[in-house]
Amino acid sequence: MKKPKELKVKPIKNGTVIDHITANKSLSVLKILGLPHDQSKVTITMNVQSSHMGSKDIVKIESRELYSSEVDQIALIAPKATINIIRDYEIVEKGKVQLLSEIKNLVDCPNPNCITNTIEPIYGKFYVIKKEPVLLRCHYCDRLMEEEEIESQF
Amino acid sequence: MSFSLKNVISIKDFSKEDINFILKQAQHMEPVARSQEMSQGMVGKILGMMFYEPSTRTRLSFETSMKRLGGGVIGFAETGASSVTKGENLADTARMISKYADALVIRHNLEGAARYVSDIVDVPVINAGDGSGQHPTQTLLDIYTMKRIFGKIKGLNVALIGDLKYGRTVHSLSYALGMFGAKMSFVSPPELRMPQETLHDLKEEKAVTQETDDIHQVLDEVDVLYVTRIQKERFPDPEEYSKIKGAYLINADLLKGKDLIVMHPLPRLDEISTDVDNTSYDKYFDQAFNGVPVRMALLDALLKSF
Ligand SMILES: Nc1ncnc2c1ncn2[C@@H]1O[C@H](COP(=O)(O)OP(=O)(O)O)[C@@H](O)[C@H]1O
Ligand SMILES: [Zn+2]
Repeated sequence: MKKPKELKVKPIKNGTVIDHITANKSLSVLKILGLPHDQSKVTITMNVQSSHMGSKDIVKIESRELYSSEVDQIALIAPKATINIIRDYEIVEKGKVQLLSEIKNLVDCPNPNCITNTIEPIYGKFYVIKKEPVLLRCHYCDRLMEEEEIESQF
Repeated sequence: MSFSLKNVISIKDFSKEDINFILKQAQHMEPVARSQEMSQGMVGKILGMMFYEPSTRTRLSFETSMKRLGGGVIGFAETGASSVTKGENLADTARMISKYADALVIRHNLEGAARYVSDIVDVPVINAGDGSGQHPTQTLLDIYTMKRIFGKIKGLNVALIGDLKYGRTVHSLSYALGMFGAKMSFVSPPELRMPQETLHDLKEEKAVTQETDDIHQVLDEVDVLYVTRIQKERFPDPEEYSKIKGAYLINADLLKGKDLIVMHPLPRLDEISTDVDNTSYDKYFDQAFNGVPVRMALLDALLKSF
Protein backbone atom coordinates (compact mmCIF):
# COMPACT_ATOMS: atom_id res chain seq x y z
CA MET A 1 0.00 0.00 0.00
CA LYS A 2 1.13 3.48 -0.84
CA LYS A 3 1.57 6.01 1.94
CA PRO A 4 -1.54 8.10 2.36
CA LYS A 5 0.44 11.27 1.71
CA GLU A 6 1.11 10.12 -1.85
CA LEU A 7 -2.58 10.00 -2.53
CA LYS A 8 -4.34 13.12 -3.74
CA VAL A 9 -7.35 12.15 -1.65
CA LYS A 10 -8.17 10.42 1.56
CA PRO A 11 -7.58 6.66 1.27
CA ILE A 12 -10.64 4.46 1.13
CA LYS A 13 -11.16 1.68 3.59
CA ASN A 14 -13.17 -0.67 1.43
CA GLY A 15 -14.03 -0.33 -2.22
CA THR A 16 -12.62 -0.28 -5.71
CA VAL A 17 -10.01 1.79 -7.49
CA ILE A 18 -10.21 1.76 -11.25
CA ASP A 19 -6.87 2.96 -12.50
CA HIS A 20 -5.36 3.47 -15.97
CA ILE A 21 -8.66 4.53 -17.48
CA THR A 22 -8.20 6.03 -20.95
CA ALA A 23 -7.95 9.79 -20.43
CA ASN A 24 -11.33 11.55 -20.24
CA LYS A 25 -13.32 8.32 -20.18
CA SER A 26 -13.99 8.26 -16.43
CA LEU A 27 -17.48 9.72 -16.79
CA SER A 28 -18.46 6.89 -19.13
CA VAL A 29 -17.04 4.42 -16.63
CA LEU A 30 -19.28 5.95 -13.98
CA LYS A 31 -22.29 5.57 -16.25
CA ILE A 32 -21.52 1.90 -16.71
CA LEU A 33 -21.52 1.56 -12.93
CA GLY A 34 -24.80 3.43 -12.54
CA LEU A 35 -23.08 6.29 -10.73
CA PRO A 36 -23.64 8.81 -9.28
CA HIS A 37 -26.13 7.06 -7.06
CA ASP A 38 -27.57 8.07 -3.72
CA GLN A 39 -24.89 8.33 -1.02
CA SER A 40 -22.10 6.61 -3.00
CA LYS A 41 -18.74 8.20 -2.34
CA VAL A 42 -16.79 8.56 -5.56
CA THR A 43 -13.54 10.32 -6.36
CA ILE A 44 -12.70 11.09 -9.96
CA THR A 45 -9.28 12.11 -11.17
CA MET A 46 -9.03 13.16 -14.76
CA ASN A 47 -6.10 13.63 -17.09
CA VAL A 48 -3.23 12.94 -14.73
CA GLN A 49 0.24 11.87 -15.79
CA SER A 50 0.83 8.18 -16.25
CA SER A 51 4.27 6.75 -16.83
CA HIS A 52 3.17 4.25 -19.47
CA MET A 53 0.07 5.75 -21.04
CA GLY A 54 0.61 9.49 -21.30
CA SER A 55 -2.36 10.63 -19.30
CA LYS A 56 -5.10 8.68 -17.60
CA ASP A 57 -8.19 8.92 -15.43
CA ILE A 58 -8.73 7.23 -12.07
CA VAL A 59 -12.03 6.45 -10.36
CA LYS A 60 -12.28 5.47 -6.69
CA ILE A 61 -15.51 4.15 -5.29
CA GLU A 62 -16.13 3.44 -1.65
CA SER A 63 -17.89 0.32 -0.42
CA ARG A 64 -18.54 -1.08 -3.86
CA GLU A 65 -17.09 -3.96 -5.86
CA LEU A 66 -17.80 -4.62 -9.55
CA TYR A 67 -19.83 -7.22 -11.40
CA SER A 68 -17.97 -9.03 -14.12
CA SER A 69 -20.37 -7.66 -16.76
CA GLU A 70 -19.45 -4.14 -15.61
CA VAL A 71 -15.76 -4.94 -15.92
CA ASP A 72 -16.36 -6.27 -19.44
CA GLN A 73 -18.18 -3.09 -20.43
CA ILE A 74 -15.37 -0.95 -19.04
CA ALA A 75 -12.95 -2.90 -21.23
CA LEU A 76 -14.78 -1.59 -24.31
CA ILE A 77 -13.98 2.05 -23.63
CA ALA A 78 -10.93 1.78 -21.37
CA PRO A 79 -9.05 -1.32 -22.51
CA LYS A 80 -6.01 -0.63 -20.30
CA ALA A 81 -7.91 -0.12 -17.07
CA THR A 82 -6.83 -1.93 -13.92
CA ILE A 83 -9.22 -2.86 -11.15
CA ASN A 84 -7.92 -2.73 -7.60
CA ILE A 85 -10.10 -4.10 -4.85
CA ILE A 86 -9.42 -2.43 -1.51
CA ARG A 87 -10.22 -4.03 1.82
CA ASP A 88 -9.13 -2.43 5.04
CA TYR A 89 -6.98 0.11 3.17
CA GLU A 90 -5.03 -2.61 1.41
CA ILE A 91 -5.19 -3.71 -2.21
CA VAL A 92 -6.29 -7.31 -1.87
CA GLU A 93 -6.87 -8.01 -5.52
CA LYS A 94 -5.56 -6.43 -8.68
CA GLY A 95 -6.60 -7.25 -12.20
CA LYS A 96 -6.64 -5.89 -15.71
CA VAL A 97 -9.82 -5.57 -17.70
CA GLN A 98 -9.85 -7.80 -20.74
CA LEU A 99 -11.35 -7.01 -24.11
CA LEU A 100 -12.28 -10.37 -25.61
CA SER A 101 -12.56 -10.85 -29.36
CA GLU A 102 -16.25 -11.57 -29.02
CA ILE A 103 -18.69 -9.41 -27.06
CA LYS A 104 -21.90 -11.07 -25.93
CA ASN A 105 -24.90 -9.54 -24.27
CA LEU A 106 -23.14 -6.30 -23.27
CA VAL A 107 -24.31 -3.81 -25.89
CA ASP A 108 -27.22 -3.56 -28.31
CA CYS A 109 -26.98 -3.30 -32.09
CA PRO A 110 -27.62 0.29 -33.20
CA ASN A 111 -29.33 -0.92 -36.38
CA PRO A 112 -33.09 -0.66 -35.70
CA ASN A 113 -33.63 -3.16 -38.53
CA CYS A 114 -31.40 -5.81 -36.95
CA ILE A 115 -32.98 -9.12 -35.97
CA THR A 116 -31.58 -8.67 -32.44
CA ASN A 117 -33.83 -5.65 -31.87
CA THR A 118 -37.02 -7.73 -31.92
CA ILE A 119 -38.96 -10.12 -29.72
CA GLU A 120 -36.69 -12.96 -30.79
CA PRO A 121 -34.89 -14.70 -27.92
CA ILE A 122 -31.38 -13.41 -28.77
CA TYR A 123 -28.85 -11.02 -27.37
CA GLY A 124 -26.38 -8.75 -29.09
CA LYS A 125 -23.25 -10.50 -30.25
CA PHE A 126 -20.34 -8.54 -31.70
CA TYR A 127 -16.85 -9.13 -32.97
CA VAL A 128 -14.06 -6.79 -31.97
CA ILE A 129 -12.61 -5.53 -35.26
CA LYS A 130 -10.31 -2.93 -33.71
CA LYS A 131 -9.29 -2.38 -30.09
CA GLU A 132 -8.33 1.26 -29.54
CA PRO A 133 -10.60 3.03 -30.22
CA VAL A 134 -12.89 0.08 -30.27
CA LEU A 135 -14.78 -0.92 -33.41
CA LEU A 136 -17.38 -3.67 -33.19
CA ARG A 137 -19.30 -5.56 -35.83
CA CYS A 138 -22.69 -7.17 -35.29
CA HIS A 139 -22.58 -10.95 -35.78
CA TYR A 140 -26.08 -10.87 -37.23
CA CYS A 141 -26.48 -7.78 -39.41
CA ASP A 142 -22.81 -6.83 -40.00
CA ARG A 143 -23.37 -3.29 -38.75
CA LEU A 144 -20.19 -1.52 -37.59
CA MET A 145 -20.40 0.16 -34.21
CA GLU A 146 -17.99 2.85 -33.14
CA GLU A 147 -16.98 3.92 -29.64
CA GLU A 148 -19.34 6.90 -29.64
CA GLU A 149 -22.35 4.68 -30.29
CA ILE A 150 -21.22 2.27 -27.60
CA GLU A 151 -20.78 5.03 -25.02
CA SER A 152 -24.18 6.47 -25.80
CA GLN A 153 -25.73 3.22 -24.56
CA PHE A 154 -24.29 3.39 -21.07
CA MET B 1 -12.39 -28.24 -56.30
CA SER B 2 -14.98 -28.51 -53.59
CA PHE B 3 -17.51 -26.60 -51.58
CA SER B 4 -16.76 -25.82 -47.94
CA LEU B 5 -19.90 -24.11 -46.63
CA LYS B 6 -22.75 -25.54 -44.63
CA ASN B 7 -24.87 -22.41 -44.91
CA VAL B 8 -25.16 -19.66 -47.49
CA ILE B 9 -25.69 -16.51 -45.47
CA SER B 10 -23.26 -13.88 -46.71
CA ILE B 11 -21.04 -13.79 -49.78
CA LYS B 12 -18.26 -12.88 -47.34
CA ASP B 13 -18.34 -16.46 -46.05
CA PHE B 14 -17.33 -17.74 -49.49
CA SER B 15 -13.79 -18.39 -50.62
CA LYS B 16 -12.95 -17.89 -54.29
CA GLU B 17 -12.81 -21.67 -54.57
CA ASP B 18 -16.35 -21.98 -53.20
CA ILE B 19 -17.65 -19.50 -55.77
CA ASN B 20 -15.77 -21.09 -58.64
CA PHE B 21 -17.08 -24.47 -57.66
CA ILE B 22 -20.70 -23.28 -57.82
CA LEU B 23 -20.13 -21.49 -61.15
CA LYS B 24 -18.65 -24.61 -62.66
CA GLN B 25 -21.41 -26.88 -61.37
CA ALA B 26 -24.02 -24.40 -62.61
CA GLN B 27 -22.78 -24.83 -66.12
CA HIS B 28 -23.33 -28.60 -65.85
CA MET B 29 -26.84 -27.91 -64.59
CA GLU B 30 -27.86 -25.81 -67.58
CA PRO B 31 -29.27 -28.67 -69.72
CA VAL B 32 -31.43 -29.76 -66.75
CA ALA B 33 -32.49 -26.17 -66.12
CA ARG B 34 -33.53 -25.94 -69.77
CA SER B 35 -35.45 -29.19 -69.51
CA GLN B 36 -33.21 -30.84 -72.10
CA GLU B 37 -32.10 -33.42 -69.58
CA MET B 38 -33.70 -34.94 -66.50
CA SER B 39 -32.13 -35.19 -63.07
CA GLN B 40 -32.97 -37.32 -60.05
CA GLY B 41 -30.32 -35.71 -57.86
CA MET B 42 -32.70 -34.53 -55.13
CA VAL B 43 -35.29 -37.31 -55.12
CA GLY B 44 -36.72 -37.67 -51.63
CA LYS B 45 -35.31 -34.32 -50.48
CA ILE B 46 -37.48 -31.43 -49.34
CA LEU B 47 -36.65 -27.74 -49.37
CA GLY B 48 -38.36 -25.53 -46.76
CA MET B 49 -39.23 -22.04 -47.97
CA MET B 50 -39.74 -19.25 -45.44
CA PHE B 51 -40.66 -16.08 -47.27
CA TYR B 52 -41.49 -13.28 -44.86
CA GLU B 53 -41.25 -10.75 -47.64
CA PRO B 54 -42.72 -11.02 -51.11
CA SER B 55 -40.51 -12.40 -53.84
CA THR B 56 -41.24 -13.70 -57.31
CA ARG B 57 -37.97 -14.53 -59.01
CA THR B 58 -35.95 -15.74 -56.06
CA ARG B 59 -38.74 -17.88 -54.70
CA LEU B 60 -39.83 -19.35 -58.04
CA SER B 61 -36.28 -20.05 -59.12
CA PHE B 62 -35.56 -21.92 -55.90
CA GLU B 63 -38.75 -23.94 -56.36
CA THR B 64 -37.92 -24.58 -60.00
CA SER B 65 -34.38 -25.63 -59.11
CA MET B 66 -35.51 -28.08 -56.45
CA LYS B 67 -38.22 -29.58 -58.67
CA ARG B 68 -35.99 -29.88 -61.74
CA LEU B 69 -33.66 -31.94 -59.53
CA GLY B 70 -36.53 -34.22 -58.57
CA GLY B 71 -37.02 -32.81 -55.05
CA GLY B 72 -40.00 -31.29 -53.27
CA VAL B 73 -40.79 -27.93 -51.73
CA ILE B 74 -42.80 -26.86 -48.66
CA GLY B 75 -43.24 -23.56 -46.85
CA PHE B 76 -44.90 -20.20 -47.18
CA ALA B 77 -44.64 -17.41 -49.72
CA GLU B 78 -46.14 -14.76 -47.51
CA THR B 79 -46.84 -14.63 -43.81
CA GLY B 80 -50.62 -14.27 -44.16
CA ALA B 81 -51.51 -17.96 -44.08
CA SER B 82 -48.83 -19.25 -41.72
CA SER B 83 -48.45 -19.47 -37.97
CA VAL B 84 -46.38 -16.29 -38.19
CA THR B 85 -49.63 -14.31 -38.25
CA LYS B 86 -50.46 -15.88 -34.92
CA GLY B 87 -47.39 -14.22 -33.50
CA GLU B 88 -44.97 -17.15 -33.51
CA ASN B 89 -41.37 -15.98 -33.39
CA LEU B 90 -38.88 -16.70 -36.16
CA ALA B 91 -36.87 -19.10 -34.02
CA ASP B 92 -39.83 -21.40 -33.38
CA THR B 93 -41.07 -21.32 -36.97
CA ALA B 94 -37.59 -22.11 -38.28
CA ARG B 95 -37.02 -24.95 -35.80
CA MET B 96 -40.35 -26.47 -36.75
CA ILE B 97 -39.81 -26.32 -40.53
CA SER B 98 -36.24 -27.58 -40.11
CA LYS B 99 -37.73 -30.81 -38.72
CA TYR B 100 -39.69 -31.31 -41.94
CA ALA B 101 -37.18 -30.12 -44.53
CA ASP B 102 -33.61 -30.97 -45.51
CA ALA B 103 -32.63 -27.33 -46.00
CA LEU B 104 -34.21 -23.93 -45.43
CA VAL B 105 -34.43 -20.89 -47.66
CA ILE B 106 -35.29 -17.68 -45.86
CA ARG B 107 -36.22 -14.22 -47.08
CA HIS B 108 -36.82 -11.70 -44.30
CA ASN B 109 -37.32 -7.96 -43.95
CA LEU B 110 -34.84 -7.73 -41.06
CA GLU B 111 -31.07 -7.82 -41.34
CA GLY B 112 -29.38 -10.79 -39.74
CA ALA B 113 -32.47 -13.04 -39.85
CA ALA B 114 -30.79 -15.75 -41.91
CA ARG B 115 -27.63 -15.80 -39.77
CA TYR B 116 -29.81 -16.08 -36.70
CA VAL B 117 -31.74 -19.03 -38.10
CA SER B 118 -28.54 -20.77 -39.21
CA ASP B 119 -27.26 -20.54 -35.62
CA ILE B 120 -30.27 -22.40 -34.21
CA VAL B 121 -31.24 -25.11 -36.72
CA ASP B 122 -29.27 -28.18 -37.77
CA VAL B 123 -30.06 -28.18 -41.50
CA PRO B 124 -28.34 -25.93 -44.06
CA VAL B 125 -29.80 -22.42 -44.35
CA ILE B 126 -29.78 -20.24 -47.45
CA ASN B 127 -30.24 -16.48 -47.20
CA ALA B 128 -32.61 -15.34 -49.93
CA GLY B 129 -32.32 -11.71 -48.85
CA ASP B 130 -32.31 -10.16 -45.37
CA GLY B 131 -33.55 -6.56 -45.23
CA SER B 132 -30.94 -4.34 -46.79
CA GLY B 133 -28.26 -6.83 -45.78
CA GLN B 134 -27.12 -9.54 -48.14
CA HIS B 135 -28.43 -11.56 -51.05
CA PRO B 136 -25.68 -14.07 -51.80
CA THR B 137 -27.51 -16.31 -54.28
CA GLN B 138 -28.35 -13.29 -56.44
CA THR B 139 -24.66 -12.44 -56.41
CA LEU B 140 -23.70 -15.92 -57.53
CA LEU B 141 -26.03 -15.72 -60.49
CA ASP B 142 -24.84 -12.19 -61.31
CA ILE B 143 -21.22 -13.31 -61.30
CA TYR B 144 -22.18 -16.38 -63.32
CA THR B 145 -23.87 -14.14 -65.90
CA MET B 146 -20.83 -11.87 -66.23
CA LYS B 147 -18.47 -14.81 -66.47
CA ARG B 148 -20.60 -16.45 -69.17
CA ILE B 149 -20.47 -13.27 -71.23
CA PHE B 150 -16.94 -12.00 -70.64
CA GLY B 151 -15.08 -15.20 -69.76
CA LYS B 152 -13.59 -13.74 -66.59
CA ILE B 153 -14.31 -11.19 -63.88
CA LYS B 154 -10.77 -9.93 -63.28
CA GLY B 155 -10.25 -6.60 -65.00
CA LEU B 156 -13.93 -6.04 -65.76
CA ASN B 157 -15.21 -2.55 -65.17
CA VAL B 158 -18.62 -2.63 -63.52
CA ALA B 159 -20.88 0.30 -62.64
CA LEU B 160 -23.42 -0.31 -59.88
CA ILE B 161 -26.22 2.19 -60.29
CA GLY B 162 -29.20 3.36 -58.27
CA ASP B 163 -29.99 2.64 -54.64
CA LEU B 164 -26.67 1.49 -53.26
CA LYS B 165 -27.62 2.19 -49.66
CA TYR B 166 -30.58 -0.09 -49.16
CA GLY B 167 -30.11 -2.37 -52.17
CA ARG B 168 -28.91 -5.66 -50.74
CA THR B 169 -27.94 -7.13 -54.12
CA VAL B 170 -25.26 -4.49 -54.63
CA HIS B 171 -23.80 -5.06 -51.16
CA SER B 172 -23.18 -8.72 -51.88
CA LEU B 173 -22.20 -8.18 -55.49
CA SER B 174 -19.59 -5.50 -54.86
CA TYR B 175 -17.88 -7.75 -52.35
CA ALA B 176 -17.68 -10.63 -54.81
CA LEU B 177 -16.52 -8.36 -57.64
CA GLY B 178 -13.79 -7.00 -55.38
CA MET B 179 -12.73 -10.52 -54.50
CA PHE B 180 -12.22 -11.40 -58.17
CA GLY B 181 -10.45 -8.15 -59.04
CA ALA B 182 -13.09 -6.22 -60.98
CA LYS B 183 -13.03 -2.42 -60.96
CA MET B 184 -16.18 -0.73 -59.72
CA SER B 185 -17.94 2.57 -60.07
CA PHE B 186 -20.70 3.34 -57.59
CA VAL B 187 -23.22 5.63 -59.23
CA SER B 188 -25.96 6.93 -56.97
CA PRO B 189 -27.59 10.06 -55.60
CA PRO B 190 -25.65 11.26 -52.53
CA GLU B 191 -28.49 10.11 -50.23
CA LEU B 192 -28.19 6.53 -51.45
CA ARG B 193 -24.44 5.93 -51.43
CA MET B 194 -22.85 2.62 -50.46
CA PRO B 195 -23.01 2.14 -46.67
CA GLN B 196 -19.81 2.46 -44.69
CA GLU B 197 -19.95 -1.27 -43.84
CA THR B 198 -19.60 -2.21 -47.51
CA LEU B 199 -16.92 0.43 -48.13
CA HIS B 200 -15.04 -0.90 -45.11
CA ASP B 201 -15.09 -4.45 -46.49
CA LEU B 202 -14.05 -3.33 -49.97
CA LYS B 203 -11.14 -1.42 -48.50
CA GLU B 204 -10.02 -4.54 -46.63
CA GLU B 205 -10.19 -6.38 -49.95
CA LYS B 206 -8.13 -3.59 -51.56
CA ALA B 207 -10.84 -3.31 -54.22
CA VAL B 208 -10.53 -0.54 -56.80
CA THR B 209 -13.65 1.63 -56.56
CA GLN B 210 -14.87 5.14 -57.28
CA GLU B 211 -18.05 6.96 -56.34
CA THR B 212 -19.99 9.44 -58.45
CA ASP B 213 -23.52 10.74 -58.84
CA ASP B 214 -23.22 11.23 -62.59
CA ILE B 215 -23.89 8.28 -64.84
CA HIS B 216 -22.40 10.03 -67.88
CA GLN B 217 -19.01 9.95 -66.20
CA VAL B 218 -18.79 6.17 -66.42
CA LEU B 219 -20.60 5.24 -69.64
CA ASP B 220 -17.50 5.22 -71.82
CA GLU B 221 -15.36 3.12 -69.56
CA VAL B 222 -17.63 0.38 -68.17
CA ASP B 223 -18.31 -3.14 -69.44
CA VAL B 224 -21.38 -3.67 -67.29
CA LEU B 225 -24.13 -1.34 -66.10
CA TYR B 226 -25.74 -3.05 -63.12
CA VAL B 227 -28.95 -1.13 -62.56
CA THR B 228 -31.07 -1.22 -59.40
CA ARG B 229 -34.33 0.43 -58.57
CA ILE B 230 -34.57 3.64 -56.61
CA GLN B 231 -37.62 3.29 -54.42
CA LYS B 232 -40.07 6.09 -54.02
CA GLU B 233 -40.29 5.47 -50.26
CA ARG B 234 -36.67 6.61 -49.85
CA PHE B 235 -37.65 10.17 -50.74
CA PRO B 236 -40.16 12.06 -48.62
CA ASP B 237 -40.45 14.71 -51.35
CA PRO B 238 -42.13 13.38 -54.54
CA GLU B 239 -40.60 16.11 -56.66
CA GLU B 240 -37.11 15.22 -55.46
CA TYR B 241 -37.86 11.60 -56.28
CA SER B 242 -38.87 12.23 -59.89
CA LYS B 243 -35.82 14.42 -60.43
CA ILE B 244 -33.49 11.73 -59.11
CA LYS B 245 -35.27 9.00 -61.01
CA GLY B 246 -34.88 10.89 -64.28
CA ALA B 247 -31.14 11.30 -63.74
CA TYR B 248 -30.60 7.53 -63.53
CA LEU B 249 -32.87 6.41 -66.34
CA ILE B 250 -31.32 3.96 -68.80
CA ASN B 251 -32.70 4.06 -72.34
CA ALA B 252 -31.57 3.18 -75.85
CA ASP B 253 -30.59 6.76 -76.54
CA LEU B 254 -28.18 6.89 -73.63
CA LEU B 255 -26.56 3.59 -74.60
CA LYS B 256 -26.17 4.32 -78.30
CA GLY B 257 -22.64 3.49 -79.51
CA LYS B 258 -21.50 2.26 -76.11
CA ASP B 259 -19.76 -1.08 -75.69
CA LEU B 260 -21.41 -2.54 -72.63
CA ILE B 261 -24.15 -4.79 -71.28
CA VAL B 262 -27.03 -3.92 -68.96
CA MET B 263 -27.95 -6.12 -66.01
CA HIS B 264 -30.71 -5.76 -63.42
CA PRO B 265 -31.77 -8.06 -60.56
CA LEU B 266 -35.43 -7.39 -61.51
CA PRO B 267 -38.21 -6.47 -61.01
CA ARG B 268 -37.58 -3.49 -63.21
CA LEU B 269 -40.08 -0.66 -63.22
CA ASP B 270 -39.10 2.29 -65.35
CA GLU B 271 -35.38 2.59 -64.51
CA ILE B 272 -34.58 0.69 -67.72
CA SER B 273 -36.75 1.79 -70.58
CA THR B 274 -38.38 -1.03 -72.58
CA ASP B 275 -36.60 0.21 -75.72
CA VAL B 276 -33.47 -1.51 -74.34
CA ASP B 277 -35.23 -4.91 -74.26
CA ASN B 278 -34.01 -7.40 -76.88
CA THR B 279 -31.12 -5.18 -77.91
CA SER B 280 -27.53 -6.41 -77.60
CA TYR B 281 -27.38 -4.49 -74.29
CA ASP B 282 -30.19 -6.45 -72.67
CA LYS B 283 -28.83 -9.24 -70.46
CA TYR B 284 -31.35 -9.00 -67.64
CA PHE B 285 -33.61 -11.80 -68.80
CA ASP B 286 -30.68 -14.16 -69.39
CA GLN B 287 -29.56 -13.17 -65.94
CA ALA B 288 -32.96 -14.13 -64.50
CA PHE B 289 -32.76 -17.55 -66.18
CA ASN B 290 -29.29 -18.09 -64.75
CA GLY B 291 -30.85 -18.05 -61.31
CA VAL B 292 -32.03 -21.60 -61.92
CA PRO B 293 -28.78 -23.43 -62.82
CA VAL B 294 -26.90 -21.49 -60.14
CA ARG B 295 -29.41 -22.34 -57.42
CA MET B 296 -29.49 -25.96 -58.62
CA ALA B 297 -25.73 -26.10 -58.21
CA LEU B 298 -25.99 -24.58 -54.76
CA LEU B 299 -28.71 -26.94 -53.55
CA ASP B 300 -26.78 -29.86 -54.91
CA ALA B 301 -23.58 -28.77 -53.14
CA LEU B 302 -25.29 -28.07 -49.81
CA LEU B 303 -27.51 -31.13 -49.65
CA LYS B 304 -24.95 -33.60 -50.92
CA SER B 305 -22.13 -32.55 -48.66
CA PHE B 306 -24.34 -32.18 -45.62
N1 LIG C 1 -6.66 2.60 0.23
C1 LIG C 1 -6.66 3.24 -0.91
N2 LIG C 1 -7.55 4.23 -1.11
C2 LIG C 1 -7.60 4.89 -2.30
N3 LIG C 1 -6.81 4.64 -3.34
C3 LIG C 1 -5.90 3.65 -3.24
C4 LIG C 1 -5.78 2.90 -2.03
N4 LIG C 1 -4.78 1.99 -2.22
C5 LIG C 1 -4.30 2.18 -3.47
N5 LIG C 1 -4.98 3.16 -4.12
C6 LIG C 1 -4.81 3.64 -5.52
O1 LIG C 1 -5.02 2.51 -6.39
C7 LIG C 1 -4.18 2.63 -7.54
C8 LIG C 1 -3.32 1.41 -7.69
O2 LIG C 1 -2.39 1.34 -6.64
P1 LIG C 1 -0.95 0.69 -6.78
O3 LIG C 1 -1.08 -0.72 -7.11
O4 LIG C 1 -0.19 1.04 -5.50
O5 LIG C 1 -0.33 1.56 -7.95
P2 LIG C 1 0.11 1.09 -9.45
O6 LIG C 1 -1.05 0.27 -10.00
O7 LIG C 1 0.26 2.39 -10.17
O8 LIG C 1 1.36 0.32 -9.24
C9 LIG C 1 -3.35 3.92 -7.37
O9 LIG C 1 -3.99 4.95 -8.09
C10 LIG C 1 -3.43 4.16 -5.86
O10 LIG C 1 -3.33 5.55 -5.60
ZN1 LIG D 1 -27.12 -6.02 -35.76
